[in-house]
Amino acid sequence: MKRLSRLRRHRATGPILLIFALFTIGTTFQVASAVDAEQTTTIAARSAAIDEGREIFLKGCSSCHGLNAESGGIAPSLIGVGAASVDFQVGTGRMPMGDMSVQAMRKAPLYNPEEVYALAMYVASLAPGPEIPTEEMLNYERDGSTAEGGELFRTNCAMCHNFAGQGGALTQGKYAPTLMGVEPVHIYEALITGPQSMPVFSDKTITPEEKLSMIKWIKAAEAEPQLGGAALGRVGPVTEGLLVWTLGIGLLIGVAVWLAAKAR
Amino acid sequence: MSNEIELIKDPGLPAHVHRRADTDPKAAARAERQVATLFILSALGTVVLVYSYLFVDEDIFFFIPVLGNTNAHQLGLGMGMAIALFCIGAGLIHWAKTLMPDEEVIAQRHEFKSEDEDREDFVKTVKAGAAAAGLGRRPLIKRTLGAALGLSAISPVLLLGDLGPLPGNQLKTTSWKKGTRLVTDPGDRPLRPQDLEVGAVAQTLPEIAPGEHRSLNDIGKDAVLLIRLRPEEFNLDAERLSWTYEGIIAFSKICSHMGCAVALYEQQTKHLLCPCHQSTFDVTRAAKVIFGPSARPLPQLPITIDAEGYLVAQAPFNEPVGPSFWERST
Amino acid sequence: MTARERIAGNVAGYVDDRTGAAKWMKKNLTKVFPDHWSFLLGEICLYSFVILLLSGTFLTFWYDPSMREVVYEGSYEPLQGLEMSAAYASTLDISFEVRGGLLMRQIHHWAALIFMVGIVVHLMRVYFTGAFRKPRETNWVIGVGLLTLGIVEGFLGYSLPDDLLSGTGIRIAEAIIQALPVVGSYLAFFTFGGAFPGVAFIPRIYTVHILLLPGIFLALITVHLMLVWYQKHTQFPGPGRTEKNVVGYPLMPVYMAKAGGFFFIVFGVTAFLGAVASINPIWLYGPYTPGQVSAGSQPDWYMGWLDGLVRMAPPIETVTFGYTISWNILIPGLILPGIMFTALALYPFIESWATGDKREHHLLDRPRNAPTRTAIGAMALTFTLVCLLNGGNDIIATTFDLTINQMMWFSRIGVIVLPPLAYVITKRLCLSLQRADRDLVLHGRETGRLVRMPNGEFTEIHEPISAEKAWLLTSHEQLAPLELPDLDGGGVRRPGAIKNKIRNRISRSMATAVPKATQSERKELEGHH
Repeated sequence: MKRLSRLRRHRATGPILLIFALFTIGTTFQVASAVDAEQTTTIAARSAAIDEGREIFLKGCSSCHGLNAESGGIAPSLIGVGAASVDFQVGTGRMPMGDMSVQAMRKAPLYNPEEVYALAMYVASLAPGPEIPTEEMLNYERDGSTAEGGELFRTNCAMCHNFAGQGGALTQGKYAPTLMGVEPVHIYEALITGPQSMPVFSDKTITPEEKLSMIKWIKAAEAEPQLGGAALGRVGPVTEGLLVWTLGIGLLIGVAVWLAAKAR
Repeated sequence: MSNEIELIKDPGLPAHVHRRADTDPKAAARAERQVATLFILSALGTVVLVYSYLFVDEDIFFFIPVLGNTNAHQLGLGMGMAIALFCIGAGLIHWAKTLMPDEEVIAQRHEFKSEDEDREDFVKTVKAGAAAAGLGRRPLIKRTLGAALGLSAISPVLLLGDLGPLPGNQLKTTSWKKGTRLVTDPGDRPLRPQDLEVGAVAQTLPEIAPGEHRSLNDIGKDAVLLIRLRPEEFNLDAERLSWTYEGIIAFSKICSHMGCAVALYEQQTKHLLCPCHQSTFDVTRAAKVIFGPSARPLPQLPITIDAEGYLVAQAPFNEPVGPSFWERST
Repeated sequence: MTARERIAGNVAGYVDDRTGAAKWMKKNLTKVFPDHWSFLLGEICLYSFVILLLSGTFLTFWYDPSMREVVYEGSYEPLQGLEMSAAYASTLDISFEVRGGLLMRQIHHWAALIFMVGIVVHLMRVYFTGAFRKPRETNWVIGVGLLTLGIVEGFLGYSLPDDLLSGTGIRIAEAIIQALPVVGSYLAFFTFGGAFPGVAFIPRIYTVHILLLPGIFLALITVHLMLVWYQKHTQFPGPGRTEKNVVGYPLMPVYMAKAGGFFFIVFGVTAFLGAVASINPIWLYGPYTPGQVSAGSQPDWYMGWLDGLVRMAPPIETVTFGYTISWNILIPGLILPGIMFTALALYPFIESWATGDKREHHLLDRPRNAPTRTAIGAMALTFTLVCLLNGGNDIIATTFDLTINQMMWFSRIGVIVLPPLAYVITKRLCLSLQRADRDLVLHGRETGRLVRMPNGEFTEIHEPISAEKAWLLTSHEQLAPLELPDLDGGGVRRPGAIKNKIRNRISRSMATAVPKATQSERKELEGHH
């Protein structure tokens, strides 16, 4: 204690403390302002994206969805659908829809990734909603399990999308699309946003890890080579029956005709 | 009149036309070579099969148009076998067609009916046999024999009795009781209402004690689909509405038609579709059938929350789940 | 005598010394078989049955017919660690661990589909050519029995792997059993050893699939073939062919080589399908659990029409005195198929009752010369085809941008409207073809060569057809309709009057025909020229 009080009374104590204090404050401020600057740039970029997104929206989407995305009578309101929904719908080319058919089809996207991002930011700025999953969140190779994913897929997805993810029929001409060739991020977004006929699969009913397992299984099914020969569309016995009634019996009857024809 | 009409006459079997191989030794030699080539091809097919079995690994894949990325082992075995067998067949047939005699032969048919004399004898024998047994004259024997034979048919039927237990009320009950929690399938996690957003579905089963095992029999009766709508979207009577919780409604996933899992939920139309026979149910009207062969709505599970806020059953299903059966009364 | 011939002779002698079969063998080795491609359709069935026995035996060496739960530890990664029945796990092992196992599984399944296709096309040939007529009615009935058993046997085989698709099929079969009035739920519990799915079903149907039904098949096929052998094969009409003879090739050696060769052809084609086309990829379906289902769950094609019929059934169920009857299951699942198969089995007897023709027939009809029979056949086929299409309505809808609802309504209306339409069209078509035959015989073949007559008129030269062709087109017999009296000699109505009237009416319809050309008419026409 004596030592400490002696130090305190040292004549250099004041200036040193002052310098130290100043230094600390300065550094803190510097760090703080740097963080702030970063935030400012992100916010700036984001608001730029929002502005760009609004412009694209006004040109490309507002005639159906309304000037403020509040639903223009033809198409639903986009307030609160979130960035994930926009990324899925526009990123897979489903939106803009083009024609007013029963269901929006997957096609080549009309907008480039930056424009899709801008649109997503704009719609997200209207009201909070599901965010676009980051790449770190989508590491299905690391975080997923194929077998578990298969089980989840068969319980939750196969009834519409078929046992191998080839898609299937719904009522009145609607259909569950094939899952082959769909980006993992889009599968994930579809699960959390429930586009069109598809219901939502909340994170509490199917956890994010389980979603990654499902994606891993879908990707495994997609990459699976033909173990037993031509896959015949992987749609079950209908195509098998078609093949046996055409190629199968056709070959046999062909040989039978040859067998019974008189040789020359 | 019919005698006057002259019909077109049968010109008889056309004369045999010789094949090239019959007259030209060169053609015959060529045919022989063709047959031999087919047999050699067959042998090569077997070589392909043996080679594939012994030396081609099962994880080699290569691309073939139409077939796709094909397994070399499987294709080698199959094509080797196909060629080996097909070429034996083709060789044999070609041999028969070109080198074996091809003159058509006529064989005579005879009417199956026997000579009248034989037939009469036969009929007489049968009649005499029947008379000798005297069944007609001894009705007591006839009747008791008939009764005995008829009764003896009971034994095989009775002996098969242990094939299964009697149904009892198994078709009418499920594991759901008042207060049973709904847990996710798979995952077994209990659910709170806030875990389901509007438009969300969840496949659920009744909670079981840790370490307990669920049998397929139970899943076959207990599977439940949870769906969340906006409460104002329901078009239900007061009782049915009280079976829902904040827009969450629970139906048996086992189709009321033939028992497939009905879980194709269309979020926009609020329709449930069964993939097997396409019965369509309207969720907003208590799963009323609006299309397809099913004659009954899906049974509804009344739900509420327990003290901890988890979703639980208020009571068992309102009616037996699954396909109809005779004793089913409602 | 060459060495070969001596050996063959010794063999024959050896056999006769021990069996005394020389006379019988001599007769049968030279037995004559008529040659026509359509006579090989039945052989397709026979040979695919042999293939099924061979490949099926191979599968039994590894298949474990048990519903005991196991954890999969095989080499197919997407299923590793999952709980499944031993039946499913062992089927996966056959597919992935046994070399050639997948090929054999696929050959077995393709052979089953070919077997059923073979039965149906063979049945069509026999039906449309009238080969079922006396004395072959018994064989027709046996054939219908084989068709029915084939459907059951095929369905059981489809159920054995215990994957998601087959489990869904069994679930539906259970619902049909359960829907039977009075005994339904008892029968279902006895079949499954308790509630669905239980643990008894797979071992039970395994015994039925590999022992009971194949045994019945063997017995029925043996009788079927013995009758063909004993009654001698039918033949198509043609020059030199009569009801009293058979024109063709002797069994030894020509027919032996051809028929034997055709066995290898059928086996080869089946192996080819097994090599290049995947069938029932069970590893993708996953293990069965009642809480799961796949879009597009269909049975194999021979059950597909039944499934289509069930899909289009109207939603009718009645509850009387507290007891439920599911008409929506019973009518399409049991009653209609029951009526159809019974009518099919009884057809030879119905036709001979209607035409009053009780004679033996060994010469086949050309389908056009039996317009009513052909039209009835077309009607039945149309019905089945509409049902079959509806059985795949979801796949068809997604492929051709239709809706399942449209498909369903098309089938519901089509199944009632199209068969009668097919009847009318086919009958007219047959009569037109008869007319064309008649014209061909009377006026000859159109050559396409035009000549100008001295009076300036253009005519086309007709070439007379060969005597063989003329005989072929006119050799059939045209039956007169029955004219059963409805009044007896005294002018009083007979008791069976209405029955006779109906029979006369049907018989008139059966006898509808364009009169065939005769030599007298030809001569008369020649006189004119």
